[in-house]
Amino acid sequence: MERETLHRMLRDMLLCRAFEERAAEEYSKGNIVGFLHLYPGEEAVAAGVINAAGPSDYIVSNYREHGHALVRGTPAREVMAELFGKATGMSRGMGGSMHMFDPERRFMGGYAIVGQTCPIAVGIAYAVAMRGLPEVVICFLGDGAVNQGTFHESLNMASLWRLPVLFVCENNHYAIGTEIHRHSAVPEVFKRVAAYNIPAEKIDGMDVLKVHEATKHALERIRRGGGPQFIECETYRYRGHSMADPGTYRPAVELKAYQSWDPIAAAIRDVEFKYPTPEELAEVGSDNVKLFVDHLIDGEHLAAADVEEMKQDVQKIVDDAVQFALQSAKPTMDSAMDYLNHAHRHEVLM
Amino acid sequence: MSQELLYWQALNRAMDHEMAADDSVFTLGEDVGLYGGSYRVTEGLYAKYGEWRVRDTPISENGFTGLGVGAALVGMRPVVEIMTINFMLLALDSIVNGAAKIPLMSGGRLKVPLVVRVPGGIARQLAAQHAQRLEHTLMNVPGLRIAVPSTPQDAYWQLRQAIASDDPIILLEHELLYFTKGPVDFAAEAPPMHRAIVRRQGRDVTIVSYSRHAVLAQDAASELAKEGIEAAVIDLRSLKPVDWDTCAASVEKTHRLLVVEEDCRFAGAGAEISAALTERCFYSLDAPVQRLAGLDIPTPYNGALEAASIPQIADIVAAARQLCQAASESKAA
Ligand SMILES: Cc1ncc(C[n+]2csc(CCOP(=O)(O)OP(=O)(O)O)c2C)c(N)n1
Ligand SMILES: [Mg+2]
Repeated sequence: MERETLHRMLRDMLLCRAFEERAAEEYSKGNIVGFLHLYPGEEAVAAGVINAAGPSDYIVSNYREHGHALVRGTPAREVMAELFGKATGMSRGMGGSMHMFDPERRFMGGYAIVGQTCPIAVGIAYAVAMRGLPEVVICFLGDGAVNQGTFHESLNMASLWRLPVLFVCENNHYAIGTEIHRHSAVPEVFKRVAAYNIPAEKIDGMDVLKVHEATKHALERIRRGGGPQFIECETYRYRGHSMADPGTYRPAVELKAYQSWDPIAAAIRDVEFKYPTPEELAEVGSDNVKLFVDHLIDGEHLAAADVEEMKQDVQKIVDDAVQFALQSAKPTMDSAMDYLNHAHRHEVLM
Repeated sequence: MSQELLYWQALNRAMDHEMAADDSVFTLGEDVGLYGGSYRVTEGLYAKYGEWRVRDTPISENGFTGLGVGAALVGMRPVVEIMTINFMLLALDSIVNGAAKIPLMSGGRLKVPLVVRVPGGIARQLAAQHAQRLEHTLMNVPGLRIAVPSTPQDAYWQLRQAIASDDPIILLEHELLYFTKGPVDFAAEAPPMHRAIVRRQGRDVTIVSYSRHAVLAQDAASELAKEGIEAAVIDLRSLKPVDWDTCAASVEKTHRLLVVEEDCRFAGAGAEISAALTERCFYSLDAPVQRLAGLDIPTPYNGALEAASIPQIADIVAAARQLCQAASESKAA
């Protein structure tokens, strides 16, 4: 893989992490209100998937979508200002955390109805197919969404008409407090998808390289006319479902296990130059070692100092975003009415 | 030049004209293609425009309506047909949480030029799960527009206008109107989509109605005329927005208002219409506004009970007569 892509993905992951940790802080201060679903732990999915997409591909996401927007390239300022409910936010303060839109970057929304991303993505893909364009729609969904009717209806239609959709399931093992073994009779999501004649694979969603690789190949298959594809990314969220959720239903050892498998730490190890000591190797466990060694063989290198610099860099971006959000103007009710009615501004209604 | 067409034919011509004029118009729904549509509205279009533009869908109302929303976000003009309004309950999420909210939620960055066509109302003994109205539910959804054509001409005009508009629009078509006939002039200039039309002028009472009951109200007005009662009949043509000015102008002339609907009475469409017009016209009224509506009951299968569950022409005549008498008596007293 190109060094540049590698660096960009690591930087994206660091930005997502710093952004979300800061959002949590701003939530405690009361600058952000309402439901706030944070992404730490799952960054490798957004970074791996979206960095494999082209600028003309579409992204449709759910309510845990700040990271998706950031990786897609929406300035952190606009994402943060939206969380603050300001007129300068990406949805002009009208959507908030769960409804972020950036059509210019083909970021077609954050939707808070579980499962809703599926038919909307399929509809965009239908339009793409009708026009015969080489674009793909990437549809994010959670493991909980897999039990919605819209999920099954959408897979069926996408497969029936061979629509260019890449479904990406962010399987973080939980739908709020209900663990996947308690909400799905078949807990392997990809197996359920296979019933619709859609190629589906399960990959390690904590490993950005694997996510990126799988996405690239899936997108190629779609562009070659292979119809919809499905990737199940096994991942984990380090925080509760939302800021309202302390996440006490999860055993501490489970959280710890996944934190030791931190996708950011893994990505840093992937790009770091330094050889680990035998003690360090023993501590991170055998999978990480393998990941690391494989990658060194590929010959990609990055110095630890570069990582530090990257971290400082994204922190500056996040600080600036908060300042921007704080200083931005509030939206007015007139502007809200205008957004509601903008589509028929030039129409005589009666 | 006008020609006599059935209501479904007028809708069919509107679809054909819009699809011929604009490649981004396409339609989808259960049995709209090869089969030709449950009420024949899409007849012949599959052969003419092909399967991508006339798409037969699986029985997945929420899924394919959501598909329409997604396609609309990227500049297509989908016309979703939901086989009947009863099944629209399954698609309400895509309509209410999707189509209606995206323009605002996106801060005006996205439009949803979607049309959802739905046959509905009380037809002939289809029983509770196939005979109902949802206008009250849809009227309460900010962001939607609702047209309720009662004539072939309006069906033609309003479907074309709905397709041309950039807003999400619901077209409520009445199942008993599909085979009614009327003149349709393709070339005539259409009134704005949401303007009410005074179907009959009158001096004694204003009857406001919509869809099939606007037709029944005109029949009732003819009966009333034989008794010397001149009823004005207003066909709303639209339930969201409502053309209050046209209604108020008539009420200010007749001083009496009767609202007739097929919707269930409790919190039905008529509740909003009479409340809004009472607020606006209170000092012009000689009597309290009266509502004639469906009973608050799931539609019974039995034909006599079904008929008794919604206003009939005789009920409209009786209610208007009583309203005129009550008003003149209270004036005399
Ligand atoms: C239709 C619907 N039902 C319930 C909810 C409430 N809810 C919000 S998130 C959520 C869990 C979803 O879990 P999953 O799909 O795994 O996504 P995750 O939050 O884990 O990313 C639920 C039940 C909702 N938003 N929409
Ligand atoms: Mg989950």
